[in-house]
Amino acid sequence: MKQDQRVNFMNAITQTGAAVSIARLSKAYRTREDDEVLALDQIDLDFEPGSFVAVVGPSGCGKSTLLSLLAGLIGVTEGTISIDGEAISKPHPKIGVVFQSDLLLYWRTVLDNILLPIEIKKLDVSRYRLRAEELLTQVGLDGFGNKYPSELSGGMRQRVAICRAFIQEPGLLLMDEPFGALDALTREQMIMDLQSMWLRVRNTVLFITHGIDEAVFLADRVLVMSPRPGRIDLDLKIEMPRPRQWNSAHEDKAYHGYVRQIRDIFEAKGILVAH
Amino acid sequence: MASTDVVRAGRATGNQGKVMAKKKSREPWLERYSALLLTAAVIVAWQIFVPLAGLSKFVLPTPLEIAGRMVTEWRLLLQNSYVTLFEVVSGFVVSVLIGVPLALSIFYSRPFERAIYPILVAFQTIPKVALAPLLVLYLGYGWAPKITLAFLISFFPIVISTVVGLQSLDKNLVSLVRSMGANEWQTFFKVRLPAALPSIFGGFKVAISLAVIGAVIGEYVAAERGLGYLQLQANSLFDTTLNFATVVTISIMGVLLYFVVDFVERKVAYKRDAAK
Repeated sequence: MKQDQRVNFMNAITQTGAAVSIARLSKAYRTREDDEVLALDQIDLDFEPGSFVAVVGPSGCGKSTLLSLLAGLIGVTEGTISIDGEAISKPHPKIGVVFQSDLLLYWRTVLDNILLPIEIKKLDVSRYRLRAEELLTQVGLDGFGNKYPSELSGGMRQRVAICRAFIQEPGLLLMDEPFGALDALTREQMIMDLQSMWLRVRNTVLFITHGIDEAVFLADRVLVMSPRPGRIDLDLKIEMPRPRQWNSAHEDKAYHGYVRQIRDIFEAKGILVAH
Repeated sequence: MASTDVVRAGRATGNQGKVMAKKKSREPWLERYSALLLTAAVIVAWQIFVPLAGLSKFVLPTPLEIAGRMVTEWRLLLQNSYVTLFEVVSGFVVSVLIGVPLALSIFYSRPFERAIYPILVAFQTIPKVALAPLLVLYLGYGWAPKITLAFLISFFPIVISTVVGLQSLDKNLVSLVRSMGANEWQTFFKVRLPAALPSIFGGFKVAISLAVIGAVIGEYVAAERGLGYLQLQANSLFDTTLNFATVVTISIMGVLLYFVVDFVERKVAYKRDAAK
């Protein structure tokens, strides 16, 4: 019985990430003064299945808007988004989201928090319990299943939130500055953990951040965005072998070249000012 | 499906109890019993003060006299307590049954909120006591005006605390469950309601205390039984000791009802910082 379940999950894991296609995507917001602000302007993008795409840009460049659109939480003004050929107009079952804050439900145990999407999708919760515990082990939290979120540190809580996204076996995983609220050491560990979790599953990831270093370290491709209107200024392919090790990657000449290119864009746009 | 979070929250409370018990045992002895000690000190002082000041028991009976009277008149007090208890609990239950759905309508419907909220607030400024004679006029001398008064006085905090509890939810939590494909029904039972429960129960606790006041005031105006009625009788007979005994009985009832609500809350809702 248990063996069968394992086989099932192995099948799920070998399934590749989703293909995402964004065409002439625009999003306009109406402000209180009734002005229109163009958050995204005519974006065209295609994500290869199983690729790790990072988006960097300053606050207000529309990167979170892009994520909300992909998550199906807000509607497009113009253009189309499709996942594996299906147009998105509402939250899609193939998509999982990790937000900046962990958003754990404090009245549920860690395990029940991870199983929340399974309950909502009305799947058989008992079948996923094993998988939930497996995910907890992968993020170094084995034995924490029956704890409550308030008993966990910030880093541990965000790990649980990542497990909650992974249990949905998302073909596309959206991550909205997931490590933004963590201290530097925890963040470094989480970056490594995320890489190894992703290497097992190889789903398509859209990782939104304002950290140039983590974008380059994690991604196959970095998109650099600038605000008003939100546009993609640079589409950078990161070619470094995986799994990437923290030290060797940070000593890699190529790594510094990529970081430099991104910083140059920000300096040219006046987002970073050299002194 | 709706009850799973409630059941889970129940399990959570077991955990909370243990944590609280541990905390208490570490508290110093004096701190732990400070409220009891203060109460005892006041009662002892009262007991000593009355004979020293030479007050007659028509003015101020001693605590021992009051307690003695409660023992001898327990049957009378209990019979009248049943009446008042019935009125209080009925008024409170009506408040919950009307207050919570009203709060949900206010929360979910903007036009409804616009229409009903100002009226509710305006209504709240009316002293409910002033309505008591009118209620007697319309509803007679039975339990109906008391229950109505208990309801009128206690339903406002239930409405407000439920609305506030629902509105104070982190919007990102809604985005989270929406991204998982939750419909509004699931969003309500998985997130909105459990997150609002502490606030809702806060309202219930205020409401149950107010319901006691409502019922007793209703009995003051016109009644043939109940603790408020008994107190009026004692007053007209200059039986100050029985009067005090009734006051003590009313407050015991209030405290017990408060703890019943508190007990239900512990069974149902998990406090955010219980495990800290």
